[in-house]
Amino acid sequence: MAKRRVAIVGTGQTNHKSHRPDVNGQELIHEAVVRALQDAELSINDIDAILIGNMDHFEGINYVDCWSIDGSGGYHKPIMKLTTGGTTGSTLAIGGYHFVASGMFDKVLVIGWEKNSESDTTGAITTAFDPIWDRLVFAGAISGLAVEAQSYMAKYGATDRDGARVSVRDRKHACNNPYAQLRKEVTLEEVLASPMLADPIHLLDVCPRTDGACAVVIASEDCAETITSTPDWIWATANRHTYSYLGDVNWGELDSIADASKELFKKSGINEPRKQINVIEMYQPYSLAGIIWIEDMGIIPRGKGAEYIWSGATDMGGELPINPSGGVIACNPIGATGLIRCAEAAMQVMGKAEGRQVPDVNFAVSTGFGGCMWTDMILHGKNKPNL
Amino acid sequence: MGNIFYGIEPSVYKSQINVPYQWWAGETASKFFMVLRDDKKILGKQCPRCGKVYCPPKKTCPSCFTETNSWKEVGPKGKLISYTIVLRQLAALQKKVPVAFGLICIDGADNAMLHYIGDVDVNNITIGMEVEAVFADDRNATINAISHFKPLT
Ligand SMILES: [Zn+2]
Repeated sequence: MAKRRVAIVGTGQTNHKSHRPDVNGQELIHEAVVRALQDAELSINDIDAILIGNMDHFEGINYVDCWSIDGSGGYHKPIMKLTTGGTTGSTLAIGGYHFVASGMFDKVLVIGWEKNSESDTTGAITTAFDPIWDRLVFAGAISGLAVEAQSYMAKYGATDRDGARVSVRDRKHACNNPYAQLRKEVTLEEVLASPMLADPIHLLDVCPRTDGACAVVIASEDCAETITSTPDWIWATANRHTYSYLGDVNWGELDSIADASKELFKKSGINEPRKQINVIEMYQPYSLAGIIWIEDMGIIPRGKGAEYIWSGATDMGGELPINPSGGVIACNPIGATGLIRCAEAAMQVMGKAEGRQVPDVNFAVSTGFGGCMWTDMILHGKNKPNL
Repeated sequence: MGNIFYGIEPSVYKSQINVPYQWWAGETASKFFMVLRDDKKILGKQCPRCGKVYCPPKKTCPSCFTETNSWKEVGPKGKLISYTIVLRQLAALQKKVPVAFGLICIDGADNAMLHYIGDVDVNNITIGMEVEAVFADDRNATINAISHFKPLT
């Protein structure tokens, strides 16, 4: 249990791009850290501890906690590295929350980063799978997602056209986000006509590879309100893992997000998530997940996700906007991606989301997702939570 | 010794992790390497706050968290801060043993650079000795544009 309340008081991110040959990893990290400190009006000397993370094998650098010091500002500070695959960024945020909520540190700097252009994504991700059973007969990230989509479509009759509608939404939203990598509207027909990567996932249904970093400053209630008049209070976090092997997954439903949502909403007294949550920044690496996972979260009954998406309810201006930032389909520096969801949700609560601001946000949800179908979730709120 | 595998054939799957990489050096390191390759000059970069000159150059001074802003030519001489001699021919070694690795504080810089110490009987290497950069004849834009550092005494 949390010993005290915790808030996000500043965020910063790079202008994400497919390649950043002008900077090395440390220099990329530095850009995000400087922006987060500026946003919080703090100096690096105010920071008590640092949490940093990225994807294993992506840059081929071990002990990133040490290697990143020139960029992170971690000189003579406690630093820890966290890496949990796709959820790395959201796990970093949860770790930062734990650091502060426990009473151990007052101001923690959390950094997620990736230079996805430096390696082979599929080659690196394949190392997450069991070498004896899964690796020889399965590879990379997209295959698992396609299996999920196929299973859901078979159960509930959704189509790749339904998925394309989600992609159209996210790519349109991304045009409002100056930090997103891909800022170009697409039509349903363009999504459906784009190359099929793994049936039913087309090229325009799925996330790109991105170079980028994100940093977030997390502070205790003792100082949060002196740092900013609009702290983003962390109401609850949840994390669920389900299985070791792909063959054990309940394909077509994401059990981890279903269970994490239950915990998150129960902790916070949310019984009508569709009405009480004002915006979601979802780690949604491909389009159909935007239909499946809102059902698993309990926002919409099973099988009704596509209808809800088509109604426009999750578009900007709708009942429950999802991914005002454009989400993961528009931008995916993987080790930063989950933290960007968290930062974007925090910006919504703090009223700092500029051209992508949803009006009057009381509660925002950010999520993280990782390969063998695991989930992180954070509930962000405008008002102070009960302890 | 009992046969722990009695009745089964132990199955071992041998493989390796094979991930290709391409690391961007970034603008700061790239400038250093290009000048090293094209002009046989060693550059350091100075922090405007504490005045330290970094060689290898850094975009940000880690102790001040300030961007370095001015290039200074340093070296090619320097002082050996510390060293070690490798006597076993491990697969990762690109030269024949004995190989001497040294930390060289280039004249005009405040930090040290890792490189080979060569043109010397390894038994005569001492901490504090003066060394000088020897440039490779065939130079690419990497740290190997310097072949090694040779003692001056
Ligand atoms: Zn300095």
